[in-house]
Amino acid sequence: MSDPSPAPPAVVFRDASVRLGGRTIWSGVDLEVDEGAFVAVLGPNGVGKSTLVKAALGLLPVVSGRVEVLGRPPGAARHEIGYLPQRRSFDPGLRVRGADIVRLGLDGDRWGSPIPGLERLLPGRRAAAARVEEVIGKVGASAYANRPVGELSGGEQQRLLIAQALVRKPRLLFLDEPLDSLDLPNQGGVAALIASICRVEHVTVLMVAHDVNPILSYLDRVVYIARGGVVAGRPEEVITGPTLSRLFDTSIEVLRTSDGRLVVVGQPEAPALHSDRHHADGLR
Amino acid sequence: MSGLAAAAGVAAPGAPSLTWNVVADLRQLLAFHFMVNALEAGTIVAVTAGAIGWFMVLRRQAFAGHTLALVGFPGAAGATWLGLPLAAGYFGFCLVAALVIAAVPRVRHGGARSAETAVIGTVQAFALAAGILFVNLYRGFANGVDALLFGSFLGVTDTQVRILLAAGVGALAVLALIGRPLLFASVDVDVAAARGVPVRLLSAVFLLLLGAAVAEASEITGSLLVFALLVMPAATAQQLTARPRLSMVLTVAVALVVTWLALGVAFFSPYPVGFFLTTFAFGAYVLAVAARHAAAAAAGRRASRAVLVATGPS
Amino acid sequence: MSAPVLALVDPVTGAGHMLSHPFMDYAFVAGTVIALATGLVGYFVVLRGQVFTGDALGHVAFTGSLAALALGVDLRVGLFVACVLVGVVMGALGRRGLADDVVIGNVFAWILGLGVLFLAFYATSRGGSNGTVSVQVLFGSIYGLSRAQAAVAAGIGGGAVVALLVIARPLLFASLDEAVASARGVPVRLLGLGFLALVGLTAGEATQAVGALLLLGLVAAPAGAAQRLTDRPWRAMWVSAGLSVLSMWAGLTLSYAVSALPPSFSILAVATACYVLSWAVTAPGRRRAVPAAPAP
Repeated sequence: MSDPSPAPPAVVFRDASVRLGGRTIWSGVDLEVDEGAFVAVLGPNGVGKSTLVKAALGLLPVVSGRVEVLGRPPGAARHEIGYLPQRRSFDPGLRVRGADIVRLGLDGDRWGSPIPGLERLLPGRRAAAARVEEVIGKVGASAYANRPVGELSGGEQQRLLIAQALVRKPRLLFLDEPLDSLDLPNQGGVAALIASICRVEHVTVLMVAHDVNPILSYLDRVVYIARGGVVAGRPEEVITGPTLSRLFDTSIEVLRTSDGRLVVVGQPEAPALHSDRHHADGLR
Repeated sequence: MSGLAAAAGVAAPGAPSLTWNVVADLRQLLAFHFMVNALEAGTIVAVTAGAIGWFMVLRRQAFAGHTLALVGFPGAAGATWLGLPLAAGYFGFCLVAALVIAAVPRVRHGGARSAETAVIGTVQAFALAAGILFVNLYRGFANGVDALLFGSFLGVTDTQVRILLAAGVGALAVLALIGRPLLFASVDVDVAAARGVPVRLLSAVFLLLLGAAVAEASEITGSLLVFALLVMPAATAQQLTARPRLSMVLTVAVALVVTWLALGVAFFSPYPVGFFLTTFAFGAYVLAVAARHAAAAAAGRRASRAVLVATGPS
Repeated sequence: MSAPVLALVDPVTGAGHMLSHPFMDYAFVAGTVIALATGLVGYFVVLRGQVFTGDALGHVAFTGSLAALALGVDLRVGLFVACVLVGVVMGALGRRGLADDVVIGNVFAWILGLGVLFLAFYATSRGGSNGTVSVQVLFGSIYGLSRAQAAVAAGIGGGAVVALLVIARPLLFASLDEAVASARGVPVRLLGLGFLALVGLTAGEATQAVGALLLLGLVAAPAGAAQRLTDRPWRAMWVSAGLSVLSMWAGLTLSYAVSALPPSFSILAVATACYVLSWAVTAPGRRRAVPAAPAP
């Protein structure tokens, strides 16, 4: 365990378990995420990583145990949490600007409708517009934020979506496999961006990942989920042959390549469920 | 459409009535020349629309068919206004529209993308609006619009039957010629293209066939109800079997039965044929769906349940 | 013909003439509110890819109206009840239930056939002239609105407009970004159902103006045009409303001037022309190949 941090943990799971569609996804999960930490949630397909994020967001109920996010029950602190769900891409023909998508992250849940001309007149609106521009600049998307989002590449869309998650200055950022549809150079770029947001903006980041390597050098802690249980700790403690073998109850080797990447061999994949493939797209 | 004998202008001793003697009923029915014409036309249309509709459902082009049908309406109304035979209007507009669709890059089916569906919606509505303009121009409100939209079998002339026969035979001949490569291209576009099947050409030819089938069907069912013959029998057959030849035969059989029944019942009742056509066709479809579900249940298979097998060291 | 000549020579007097007829006044007032509603609602219908729902509702509008007439009730009762009910049911079934075009198409073709039956009932049992009623329901009867009917139409339409403006922002959020909106506390499902109820309401309104068969055009064309003209969502929404109202005014005026043109045709023709123009205006610009900015 690293130095005890003075602030209360941002996310706490105590002996939590979740049931979905009649089966128990995971149970007895104990987990603490410190404020300002960059934590990855890893594990084979279908084991329940996204479910963990959804439980923390209050989108799924916990059937036993306790979950606390920013000191409150899940869902109570929504305005302080940014969320990037899995595999969103926009219809290529969608004629809405990236900047508008980001803006929705700011006030999309408020009732009513804005009148276009008033943007420039009311101070509140101007401040909002300025904030949107600022956060777009932070993620490096200023060059293309005014183009229709459907025309942008995967990496560009992802940056805008990160901006959307950040526009309300959240204390906590949940990302569900943000890198999985990107090519290698983009993976590296977006990973670096997330890490810098964590350090510079002091945002706690909880990221579900399929492959730990793009973010390995930035991680503070790792949560590894298997069907038998959960292990949390520093990456160099958790991602080792002995630890993972104990977790999966089968023989697992962790190899280190010459450029520092880790390869986990022998990890059983959970059987792929039909429901895995149907995630909400940006527009259907 | 209602009050059959009166509308047909036939001086009969009384309205035709349904008796328990089926043969006598049929004799009553066949005594009228227009009914014979109607049955002949219905038969031709059922076979043509059924066969081509089978491919259309397979290729998931049901809504292209629907749009073509709606475009036929101003064609028919325009033809009436100009004093031309209905067939000229239907075939003219449907075939031209088919060519236009063939020339435009293929629209993705289902999961409608917003821009493309806005186009289709606008085209459909404008076609219907143009139709009502033409109808207004010839001031043919009374029976005209309803017959064009919902079908009529009362005024089928000998000429119409001949045109339908010629067009139907022609279309079916072309279909027989391209049937096998078309099936291949419809089911597995990429492999077919790799094997040298002229996929794009076949698509264009098929759209023309579809235009012809729609024009034919519209004469019996009206522009709005072509689904009854073009889609429902094929959808019914495809529920019951996956074997292409059997499925095609079933489609035509269902289309024929539905058409004959609808015409027969409409003859004796004051209610319109369009209602009977859609109801019988839809009924057949529902029965097929129910039968399929019952069969699946009986076999103990539940398609939606994912069976989890515990992994772990064996 | 004096009316168009007069209008060309002196538009103000021409307009004055036109509006001196009560039936034109009623048509304009009701028509404007209806067009506003369809323009605003239509924007979201196109955005959410729910255009074919509009198509389906058109069928239901016909059958519902005729069922009411056959039962001896005011046409509008059947019209609105059917449209709103079916709209909400389609929403409740959700995307999974609506995945298959063929099934939906079959159901609605049958519903149309049912409508034809009701038409025959109405003709035979109520002694109504089936020719004109079917045309009225299918192609609208905006000139036939009495003062009371126009008032009701304007009232319902106004209500729909207000309701849409209230839910517009969260609706946009939910339409573009369902998962995030849901995580943010937007009641996505409820909103979807409420929206479809609004679509049903709007369909009922539009049926009185342009008819069950043509309402799809009024929902799709102005919205389609607006989405081509701008990529800022709020501007697009108001442009859609504006184009819809423009189509209504121009259409009504045209059909008054040229008596051979039925109003529903001219309204739709203007809307379609707007859509076609929007393609012509934007096509060259949009297809410019823009080099993708390298990710920093």
